[in-house]
Amino acid sequence: MNAPNKSGWKPEMQVSEDGLHNGPSTTTGNRALMLEEPLIFEIGHAETTGVDLPEIDPDAPNRLGGFDRSDPIGLVGLTEPETVRHYTRLSRQNYGIDLGFFPLGSCTMKHNPRLNEKVARLPGFADIHPLAPQQSVQGALQVIHELGDWLMKLTGMPGVAMSPKAGAHGELCGILAIRAAHTARGDARQVVLVPESAHGTNPATAAFAGYKVEDIPATPEGRVDLEAIKARLAPDVAAVMITNPNTCGLFEKDFREIADAVHAVGGYVYCDGANFNAIVGRVRPGDLGVDAMHINLHKTFSTPHGGGGPGSGPVVFSEALKDFAPLPVVRKTADDSYELVEEEGRKHRGQSFGRMTAFHGQMGMFTRALTYMLSHGADGLKQVAEDAVLNANYVLRSLEDILHAPFADSGPCMHEALFGDKDFGGGLSTQDLAKALIDEGYHPMTVYFPLVVHGAMLVEPTETESKASIDQFITAFRSVTERALAGDETMKQAPYYAPRRRLDETQAARKPKLAWQDPEPSA
Amino acid sequence: MRYLPLTDTDRADMLAKIGANSIDDLFVDVPAVAQLDGPIRELPMHASEMTVERHMKARANKNLAAGDAPFFLGAGAYRHHVPASVDTVIQRGEFLTAYTPYQPEIAQGTLQMLFEFQSQVSRLYGCAVANASMYDGSTACWEAVAMAGRVTRRHRAVLSGALHPHYSQVVKTMAQFTGDTIADAMPAIQTEPDNAGLISRIDDDTACVVVQYPDILGRISDLTELADAAHAKGALLVVVNTEPVALGAIKSPGEMGADIVVGEGQSIGVGLQFGGPYLGLFAVRDPKHVRQMPGRLCGETTDAEGKRGFVLTLSTREQHIRREKATSNICTNSGLCALAFNVHMTLLGEKGLRELAAENHRLACIAADRLEQIPGVSLLNSAFFNEFTLQLGGKPARDVVRSLADRGVLGGVSLDRLYPGVAGLEDALLVAVTETTTEEDIETLAKELEGVLS
Repeated sequence: MNAPNKSGWKPEMQVSEDGLHNGPSTTTGNRALMLEEPLIFEIGHAETTGVDLPEIDPDAPNRLGGFDRSDPIGLVGLTEPETVRHYTRLSRQNYGIDLGFFPLGSCTMKHNPRLNEKVARLPGFADIHPLAPQQSVQGALQVIHELGDWLMKLTGMPGVAMSPKAGAHGELCGILAIRAAHTARGDARQVVLVPESAHGTNPATAAFAGYKVEDIPATPEGRVDLEAIKARLAPDVAAVMITNPNTCGLFEKDFREIADAVHAVGGYVYCDGANFNAIVGRVRPGDLGVDAMHINLHKTFSTPHGGGGPGSGPVVFSEALKDFAPLPVVRKTADDSYELVEEEGRKHRGQSFGRMTAFHGQMGMFTRALTYMLSHGADGLKQVAEDAVLNANYVLRSLEDILHAPFADSGPCMHEALFGDKDFGGGLSTQDLAKALIDEGYHPMTVYFPLVVHGAMLVEPTETESKASIDQFITAFRSVTERALAGDETMKQAPYYAPRRRLDETQAARKPKLAWQDPEPSA
Repeated sequence: MRYLPLTDTDRADMLAKIGANSIDDLFVDVPAVAQLDGPIRELPMHASEMTVERHMKARANKNLAAGDAPFFLGAGAYRHHVPASVDTVIQRGEFLTAYTPYQPEIAQGTLQMLFEFQSQVSRLYGCAVANASMYDGSTACWEAVAMAGRVTRRHRAVLSGALHPHYSQVVKTMAQFTGDTIADAMPAIQTEPDNAGLISRIDDDTACVVVQYPDILGRISDLTELADAAHAKGALLVVVNTEPVALGAIKSPGEMGADIVVGEGQSIGVGLQFGGPYLGLFAVRDPKHVRQMPGRLCGETTDAEGKRGFVLTLSTREQHIRREKATSNICTNSGLCALAFNVHMTLLGEKGLRELAAENHRLACIAADRLEQIPGVSLLNSAFFNEFTLQLGGKPARDVVRSLADRGVLGGVSLDRLYPGVAGLEDALLVAVTETTTEEDIETLAKELEGVLS
């Protein structure tokens, strides 16, 4: 099993019959700092609690209308020390940016500055109610307005909607505004064009909004096919949705020409702004003919990903669409105070397509993102884009000699470098390489996306990695690539050193166990 | 720049390796028309941590924090005490700076947490399966309506008049684009929820009936009769809960026959945060409906050595696989808020949640009794949990709220803010009371309200 390979890498672990490596099994199943942790339902009790509240007085007044919950809920509690230990132990089975390099393409795993966390927790932001009288939350409304102003200036767009809760919700916001604009002039267009390299959320969003989705092919160089778009454009096309920079990591050179052509047939241009971090402070999407674009504050502006959310997806709008933006909006009034406009049919927002969510958006993300913007300033944000692009090109040019890089000749990449699994030996796949990278101490890159490249591997280093960190990653990546090319079969069982070996996803889907079931009481 | 590790020497070395003369060479594909000649002029330059903190603090200081005043606001967002250890846990970098658990071997912390979370939510709601969370209660509500359409293949939703108006607005916004018919209504200002009126609007085309529990006026409805009426017409009952603490005291929607239960989880662990990020909860009573659910699901499995582990599962419902045929376009969940909920609920446990609910109800009863004594004020509700509706004898509640704020009291939410300009609702005030409310706060509100009204 110790297949030779060009790098000289030799797997040293010996897998014994009980599946443990380099030593005897342990009684606990733990391995020093690698600690197993049961579920709360296996260690907690219904009578245990980690809070001190008054005992229930059975004679207290009861005005629940006879709907008292008498049966057990089935919850269990832990005391505070047990709780802190439980989650601390769980946390150690997670990989995070704080722990190491996390080059997940398109996801922009950059450092999350801790000042942002501190600011978001100021009681004046964290402990205010969304429906508090407006006179008591002027500072909060000011932050929403100020952040919106930054977003408009950074994108060169005249309108902004702050309430969308995440990127996909922002996409929906943009598409709904487009639909509302068409409807306002009695135009019932049915089709949205989406490049085949798009994020899955793009076609899902367009379909969710009632549109028919048509794919647009990519050119061999990894960009949207301008001629294919032009050929398809007709008065039934409501919009195109294009990611720029795109999911192959390339800038869409023809974006302006596409936008002009779309506008010429009366359609609108939606730009998926997931990759805005590559151009922030250097290029304004408004100058390229964009009508609507969402911005993932959790990507470009460093709000934490938190294990899968919460996100935040404000949308910027062109002159043509801005009056269709959702409510509520924050306006600055003549006396320099701030007003939250929540109501339809009043004030200036008569054409708004309506409300997308309760309240006014992800305030906890706004404070973090604005803190990040103020920290960087116009000069720092430009540097962010430049360093992100520099790091990605450095990765691309440091690996293209051994790894298939389908678009290496399409010009410089932007913030991420794309590779494919061509020439891997021994039936090895991208998945195997990713799992081997885990053993090397890295979170793998994005795999099998975009769909236009076989066995795609999308590497996004971000600007917050040092050269030393990237060099070390390149060394590790080269070594696992050499093993993959040599058909090193040990990779098929990787990872060996993670808290879990490969997990059986088929079993999980075939017989779903989605909640804890109490064991049958033993007779 | 404190967040950017590259030095100028690094940059020069890296450009050399790439074969570029300058950084501009890497942006050659951007058309000249879109290239800026320098940092954007209308924006400030970078600033130190101290300077930025000062800037943000100046804004925070302009807000009156809930903890700094007698505070009685609810209407879908509630102030509860969050134990200190909750924030400690969610600030651990391994949770805070992790991504969606797409590589489960190194994301078992997030995945096990989600499995625990799903288990807690399903039990709280009296359901079989809960998902790994949605953006918030209002978007979860729309997703429930959309799901009911998929299950019943019908396209008409009947909304209770006492559903949170922001929630019904979200549903109506989405329905404009999907072609669903939404039958909504205004809340009937009466002691009991108008179940008979709601039932009379269910017809043979109805996909679902959506009712809030407790409702926007704080009233508690018998869901059983609604479930029976919906099921008799082949429709699903969707129940919305905006105050999960209530379910430590009152029957779960699932045990009363709700088919889909959705809600806002913010009360447990998340905090007010001016409306977001919050935590959408989504559950189904019958496991056969699982494959029509939106959003992420975490499931149990085993690894290659037979050890128990967790993965995201049934993802063939989701946009990254199904694209335009997905059950929803949702991509993220509200992961870190789900963790906060999970930790807080674990600290509470069955005993703590029941005690918390009892304490909320005890204080709410005291407040209702005291406020009802004020001349011109009457209590609408016969039943309530921790929030009730006062009628102010014809005085516009919106103005009363502002006057109370001028006196340093955050006294409630006026129905006129939620239903602007609707006749008959202008003098109604929603008052919420939680364990954070003191009897002294209640007395202050009573005195100031009396002053404002006189």
